[in-house]
Amino acid sequence: MSGEHIDEVSGISTTGHEWDDIRELNNPLPRWWVTTFYITIVWAIGYTIAYPAWPMLSSATKGVLGYSSRNHVKNELVAAEAAKAKYVAAVESKSVSEIADDDALREFAVAAGGAAFRVNCVQCHGSGAQGSKGFPNLNDDDWLWGGSAEQIQQTITHGIRFASDPDTRLSEMPAFGDIITADQIKQVSAYVASLSGLVQDASLIEPGAKVFAENCVACHGDTAKGNRELGAPDLTDAIWLYGPGETAIAAQVRAPKHGVMPAWIGRLGETKVKELAVYVHSLGGGE
Amino acid sequence: MRDNTQIERLEAESVNSAEARQPLYASRRKIFPKRASGSFRRFKWLVMAITLGTYYLTPWLRWDRGPFALDQAVLVDLANRRVYFFFIEIWPQEFYYVAGLLVMAGIGLFLVTSTVGRAWCGYTCPQTVWVDLLLVVERAIEGDRNARMKLDSGPWTVRKLGLRVSKHATWLVIAAATGGAWIFYFADAPTLVGEVFSGTAAPVAYITIAVLTATTYTFGGLMREQVCTYMCPWPRIQAAMLDETSLTVTYNDWRGEPRSRHAKKVLAAGQPVGDCVDCNACVAVCPMGIDIRDGQQLECITCALCIDACDGVMDKLGRERGLISYATLSDYNANVMLATAGGSCPVTPSLVRTVNGKFSDKVAHFHIGKIFRPRTYVYMAVWSLIGLGLLYSLLTRDRLEINVLHDRNPQFVTLSEGSIRNGYTVKLLNMIPEPRTIIVTIQGLPGAQMSVAGVDLPANRSFAIPVEPDRLKMLKVFVRQPAEQIKGQAQTFKFRVEDKASFESDEYTATFNAPEIAR
Repeated sequence: MSGEHIDEVSGISTTGHEWDDIRELNNPLPRWWVTTFYITIVWAIGYTIAYPAWPMLSSATKGVLGYSSRNHVKNELVAAEAAKAKYVAAVESKSVSEIADDDALREFAVAAGGAAFRVNCVQCHGSGAQGSKGFPNLNDDDWLWGGSAEQIQQTITHGIRFASDPDTRLSEMPAFGDIITADQIKQVSAYVASLSGLVQDASLIEPGAKVFAENCVACHGDTAKGNRELGAPDLTDAIWLYGPGETAIAAQVRAPKHGVMPAWIGRLGETKVKELAVYVHSLGGGE
Repeated sequence: MRDNTQIERLEAESVNSAEARQPLYASRRKIFPKRASGSFRRFKWLVMAITLGTYYLTPWLRWDRGPFALDQAVLVDLANRRVYFFFIEIWPQEFYYVAGLLVMAGIGLFLVTSTVGRAWCGYTCPQTVWVDLLLVVERAIEGDRNARMKLDSGPWTVRKLGLRVSKHATWLVIAAATGGAWIFYFADAPTLVGEVFSGTAAPVAYITIAVLTATTYTFGGLMREQVCTYMCPWPRIQAAMLDETSLTVTYNDWRGEPRSRHAKKVLAAGQPVGDCVDCNACVAVCPMGIDIRDGQQLECITCALCIDACDGVMDKLGRERGLISYATLSDYNANVMLATAGGSCPVTPSLVRTVNGKFSDKVAHFHIGKIFRPRTYVYMAVWSLIGLGLLYSLLTRDRLEINVLHDRNPQFVTLSEGSIRNGYTVKLLNMIPEPRTIIVTIQGLPGAQMSVAGVDLPANRSFAIPVEPDRLKMLKVFVRQPAEQIKGQAQTFKFRVEDKASFESDEYTATFNAPEIAR
């Protein structure tokens, strides 16, 4: 190096590098910038030692702090479980009606049950538990198998007409198409429709009542109010699982459809089922 | 042969020609402001005492709100989402009060700037106040301007090291106290102070202290005037705010020029001489390190310390004060025209003075009426209107509110006896720190009755429910109407809440949905 060379045009010293008479001006970066840059390099090296970073053949270096995002999530889940452990323990130890009577516990169970409902139940009962034809609306006050929290718990636990559960709720209406005549079916349908004030042919009601008395009262009762022990629906109310009106009633008399609900106890366990029962009970129709 | 004479040569020069090119980066030249004394300096001490006192003491003021709320007069309770200001309590949805105050602050800044220039910058800006405070420390430890310059250029000795360490340590203590005071606005101060010193406060408290300590120390101690010149947008905006009747700190060259350090000699030589003796006192005291005699400039924060410095010199010389003064551009221009005989000659002292040395009657002086003009009236009107609007809104606001969310899925439920039920999430807001019993009633919707999920109440058109102090109570309310009384798929009705004790009430108009053919 032959001393400092000053560029004539700009008056700035050069670095001494020269290519084909072109010299490089010496405009160093500000000191604070360079210092910060070196600090980031040191930081980055430290970071790759502390945390998982360098790719190896099958995995990556573990890092001396032992951090892993899987463990992080696992810890968060453990913390979340611990945070609600108090409530879960209470749900486990108490009956569903006790849970429903305790404000804080009910709030917890409704939230937890609602989450379970959205995963397991909405496929049939709908996202608002509003049901559809053949699938009961859980918001209303009409219950085939009973609307108390305990009865709902029983239904969810063992299901309905679920063959593999011996305690499942079981009932079957005979196909009356093979038992009574088509005229009788027409008459009894008109009579049933008249019970809840639906339009009907007045001349069919009296013979229909006779057909009903002979064939239907065993399950549906003298007054057609139904029987929850047997899951026999109330035929006098405004709610029709398979639709209102004579045609729908006649179809159900002739060859009844029977819905099936799985038993959930094996899949969800008792605590979840209790939470679900409290949730369904809270929808507005609970007894 | 080409004839070059036919090509006209244009008078043009590139804006960044190599000869005139300036480097984009300029190193900072250290500024060593000298201590000023005078009326403006005294005023600034007063402003500093008031602003710093307000900042440090406000969190410690108490205000009794009863047993159900904290008794801190000014508190931003982020955890519970409440802001308290003496008798005012604000919920998050009322944050527009803060927005309104910020708009008022903006308009107020316009008003102040259009009348007395950058008074915000010069007196009350936190940057100015803290720089002033840290300069007090610097002067106390290292001495005034000359001593500091000598120390700075001198070699590193034990004494210099000791002075520097004690100065920076004191700065850091002040900076930490600044950050420390900030956190007390966000929690109960007496509780928090104990936690901070026992190491049990929340991490965010320590992080806040650390960040504000760093910014106070860096901005107030190390960067000082560079913050105003390079970082702050306000100097750029001020040009739009100032006009020819705004007061700004002005060097009155119409009486100062021609300046001379040897007035007697020059006078003896028969040449005119102005009041400025070129003593540079105005430059020495300037915290921005500028020379006000170069005219109004972006860097000037109008702290008026140069006025104090110059007035002191004028007093010693037996001249009138105000060679540097607050003046409007229109007065200044009029006086310059007077002193230069309409721009036809250099500034001539004899044109503004009578034979006995007094100012001539034609010299324009500022009077207070000049700052009242349409522009300031408009600013004042807008400012007051917003203020009155906020005040009106504050005095008439509801402390009891109801919000209703209609269930969307399902919109309605048919019940066994044929009646239709709708579900609503009803939120009752008790916005005072006292427990209340709220009466909820439905109006309209004939025959309809309410029931509340999880609350054992007989179905009715009205029910009373206790609500905790300063809390929101959420209820699931079911409204059912008999089928025969349903009129249409969507009926409107009202939820009404009432507090019998305070006569407060609120209403919410909701919709009741029914199926297309309600039997």
